[in-house]
Amino acid sequence: MANVISDETIEYVGILAKLELSDDEKEAAKKDMASMLDHFDKLSELDTTGVEPMSHVFHMENVMREDEVTNGDGSEAALANAPERKDTAFVVPKTVD
Amino acid sequence: MAKEYEVVIGLEVHVELATKTKIFCGCSTAFGGAPNTHTCPVCTGMPGSLPVLNKKVVEYAAAVGLATNCTITQNCKFDRKNYFYPDNPQNYQISQLYLPICRDGHVDIKLPDGTEKTIRIHEIHMEEDAGKLVHDDWEDASLVDYNRSGVPLIEIVSEPDMRSAEEVIAYLDKLRMTIQYLGASDCKLQEGSMRADVNLSVRKMGAAEFGTRTETKNLNSFSAIARAIENETARQIDLIEAGEAVIQETRRWDDDKAYSYAMRSKEDAQDYRYFPDPDLVPVNISDEWLDEIRSRQPEFKDEKMARYKEEFGLPDYDISIITDSKKLADIFEAAAAVCNNPKKVSNWIMGETMRLLKEKEMDATEITFSPENLAKLINLVEDKAINGSVAKEVFEHVFSEDIDPDKYIEEHGLKQVNDEGALRATVEKVIADNQQSVEDYRNGKKQAIGYLVGQTMKAMGGKANPGMVNKLLQELLG
Repeated sequence: MANVISDETIEYVGILAKLELSDDEKEAAKKDMASMLDHFDKLSELDTTGVEPMSHVFHMENVMREDEVTNGDGSEAALANAPERKDTAFVVPKTVD
Repeated sequence: MAKEYEVVIGLEVHVELATKTKIFCGCSTAFGGAPNTHTCPVCTGMPGSLPVLNKKVVEYAAAVGLATNCTITQNCKFDRKNYFYPDNPQNYQISQLYLPICRDGHVDIKLPDGTEKTIRIHEIHMEEDAGKLVHDDWEDASLVDYNRSGVPLIEIVSEPDMRSAEEVIAYLDKLRMTIQYLGASDCKLQEGSMRADVNLSVRKMGAAEFGTRTETKNLNSFSAIARAIENETARQIDLIEAGEAVIQETRRWDDDKAYSYAMRSKEDAQDYRYFPDPDLVPVNISDEWLDEIRSRQPEFKDEKMARYKEEFGLPDYDISIITDSKKLADIFEAAAAVCNNPKKVSNWIMGETMRLLKEKEMDATEITFSPENLAKLINLVEDKAINGSVAKEVFEHVFSEDIDPDKYIEEHGLKQVNDEGALRATVEKVIADNQQSVEDYRNGKKQAIGYLVGQTMKAMGGKANPGMVNKLLQELLG
């Protein structure tokens, strides 16, 4: 493996993804990430001069809807799995701006 | 501001679009529903749900771009901006980073002293709004409402071209007017349908490099924006004068305390890890579609002002007030077309309409009366069917209940009395009953006639033709 992922990097990626990893998991994740980066290095060997960046894997565009209300009151379904609610609002630990 | 410093300002303006439904689902955007009643799996970020783009959002965004001289990105797409916060149920916001729908535009602004200036627009992109958090101080908890989650926004990013609060206000006013004319948003700062973040730095006059900038948020009115700019400019100059560094950070303005405080500095800023949203396919705005959008563009304020002057010969001040609101301009044009008396329509808008709006603390967009009824009222005065003071009384009912003036004056017996015989008899009686005033008048106290006119109007229930009363009094008093 050409790429090496540092402890700091894996820590940072964990914070961004809101994941708490054990030491063993960190080592495994470092290996996975390094092999992914190796794979991208391989792709980078290709000459892509003059090739338009691909914006989507499907050859499709303009999938759109008209501006018409089709949904009704979805509050009960939305709140069905809420750990805590007050009337029809979700309750979360206090957030401060 | 100290003379040797120059302030440099760029704006990020978020505008809530006036669509009926959200940007990626068929949920209503109506304001004021109970929490979470306008939600579905898409706008609450349920796994497996698929967003489908609202066509109207693309049309509004492109229309705003055309009106602000932007180049439209005919092949654009959406990207994910990743961050965790309870107002964002997907843990990413769908926005546009790589190919925003509009780029490289500009608007021309005019300052109160008549100076004109061009403000460049870097880009306009489409994105979804976040949910709303309400902080419950008693429970030490926050309540989350996703009704606003997925409401379509455009973000208009200017270049750092503004040099004073005045220029910022003129720029925002121009954007607001343009977008209101398009019907793309009501642009109300107080209600949050238009939100401006101010990027500001100061530098020594003549310096080539920009200083370190801060971003100020939570500005809910034009006056709050002006105060925040003044405050932040002074704060940065003080720091520089004291030999300290301005820190690049986001600050929140508290208008009640006239003070801003740091929210988060860019050093521990989020790493948003943007990437193309695989759930949404690219948007291709064909030449035909773009032409169609272009053909629907309305006549904007500047064009209207020129035309009103040319076509109706109204005073500049009146024209500028009427065209300040598309609603007023629409009423003006429709009423003038019916009664063919633009000058009188303008007077009613500038006078009674503005007075009642102020008295009732209403915005012109909240007007409910039909231009036809205003036109009818004007015709009634012109035909001498009612006098001026009755007309004002009737207009109050047109304004508040949109009554039909023809029917109203019929039902309330408000027709002006133009019958000279009836008027003469009343005037004669008033003269007989008010000898003191008659004597005063004859002794040279000419203003005494006003009292006699008043008594005659009173005796006729306010419906007498005031011109004829005056004439008869003068005749009979010799």
